[in-house]
Amino acid sequence: MLKPKKIQLLDDTALKQLPMPSRRLFMQRALSLGGLSLLSGCALSDEESVEHALMKVSQFNDRVQAWLFDPERMAPTYAEAMMTRPFPFNAYYGREDIPEVDAEEYRLEISGLVADKHAWTLEELYKLPQTSQVTRLICVEGWSAIGKWGGVTFSTFLKHIGADLSAKYVGFKCEDDYFTSIDMATALHAQTLLAFTYDGQTLPPEYGYPLRLRMPTKLGYKNPKHITAIFVSNTNPGGYWEDQGYNWFGGC
Amino acid sequence: MNNRAAIVHPAWLRLTHWINACAVVLLVLSGWRIYNASPIFAFTFPVQITLGGWLGGALLWHFFAMWVLIGNGVAYLALNIFTGRIKRKFFPLHFKDILADTLAALKGKLSHADLSVYNAPQKLAYLFIVLDVVLLVVSGLVIWKSVQFPLLRELMGGFDMARVVHFVAMAALLGVLAVHLVMVALLPRTLLLMLRGR
Ligand code: HEM
Repeated sequence: MLKPKKIQLLDDTALKQLPMPSRRLFMQRALSLGGLSLLSGCALSDEESVEHALMKVSQFNDRVQAWLFDPERMAPTYAEAMMTRPFPFNAYYGREDIPEVDAEEYRLEISGLVADKHAWTLEELYKLPQTSQVTRLICVEGWSAIGKWGGVTFSTFLKHIGADLSAKYVGFKCEDDYFTSIDMATALHAQTLLAFTYDGQTLPPEYGYPLRLRMPTKLGYKNPKHITAIFVSNTNPGGYWEDQGYNWFGGC
Repeated sequence: MNNRAAIVHPAWLRLTHWINACAVVLLVLSGWRIYNASPIFAFTFPVQITLGGWLGGALLWHFFAMWVLIGNGVAYLALNIFTGRIKRKFFPLHFKDILADTLAALKGKLSHADLSVYNAPQKLAYLFIVLDVVLLVVSGLVIWKSVQFPLLRELMGGFDMARVVHFVAMAALLGVLAVHLVMVALLPRTLLLMLRGR
């Protein structure tokens, strides 16, 4: 039997405009199968147990990916001529809502399992040793694009602030209320960059001014933009999309 | 046919066949929803016939069903090889027999007296399905973990090409499955064999 579900009328764009879709909403959508609906006739408790089971499998997939992840293996790099132009803009909101960050007032907050918790100004960040790389960003949606990011190797930064490198997670909070977190092994990967530049220029607002994390070893939604706070923790901080059902590890 | 008739399909084969069929249905329907998020070709699938509701839900289903497909597929292949069934049932397979049996079938003259023996085009179709599913798993692995499997990635022609391979292999599987289902419909007695073994 098919139950009408108003919520199914929302498309992805509409979903992206909801500030924080609830878990309930996520599962009603995850189970909808339209005309072939096998499960939407089930009682609510059944839907919850299906949700629970699928999330358990997703957590199992996190462990498989952590096991597959080889810290020594580098993602392919490309010639600058192969860069995708223009590089796609992507966020959970439209261009009109790209946050504006004031360079003077900006501070990068540091907290959690680190020795030095002082907040960083942009000027201080720019003094760190910089490097750049041309890599492919793979989006969970299936498209991919090649871009050039520059900044400080994230492991260098973590050592700089005296982070506990044996901790499990590094979390990120962003100016646009986005948040995500990664495993320490990926945080220490040689291609994981705290990026200030795109294509040799100061990071433009649409790509995450003033500061973003860039990892060719993880899907796009694991690469936070407009970062305002970084913290090191042993409890998994989750993430904006991850809490709604995207896989937490999100590795490539 | 009485109950003492010889078993044509052992229980493990029937079990792996039906588990596989369920996994393939889940994978195809959720796969269409994933495809829709960033189509490779100039069309998308009607959302009503996809599984998952949104991209995140479809991915959860897909990455659940893939384990069922892989685990079940490994069991199917291992049992087929170690019991010697694969040699008995599928070989020898000669090109001239495929041609002759197909022609006979089209003329309605192919014998179905002994359903414990697969005819040549049937053997070919099943072997194609097995190899195509292997290709689906390999190209799927490249899409899932393109950085961790560099060799497979290059074999598939890169990340973007792996998506095309994955899609085409899905389409080819559905093509052969359509024929498979028509054949079962034409000879419903085979369905009984696949359900109770005799
Ligand atoms: C619900 C739909 C399906 C039905 C009704 C069905 C029915 C059957 C039947 C009756 C047979 C035995 C044929 C015979 O004894 O002559 C068979 C064999 C087979 N089917 Fe299906 N099938 C279905 C779905 C699938 C799917 C989705 C796949 C693969 C993706 C598949 C792959 C195979 C293979 C490989 C064999 C041969 C197995 C062996 O002998 O090792 N079938 N199917």
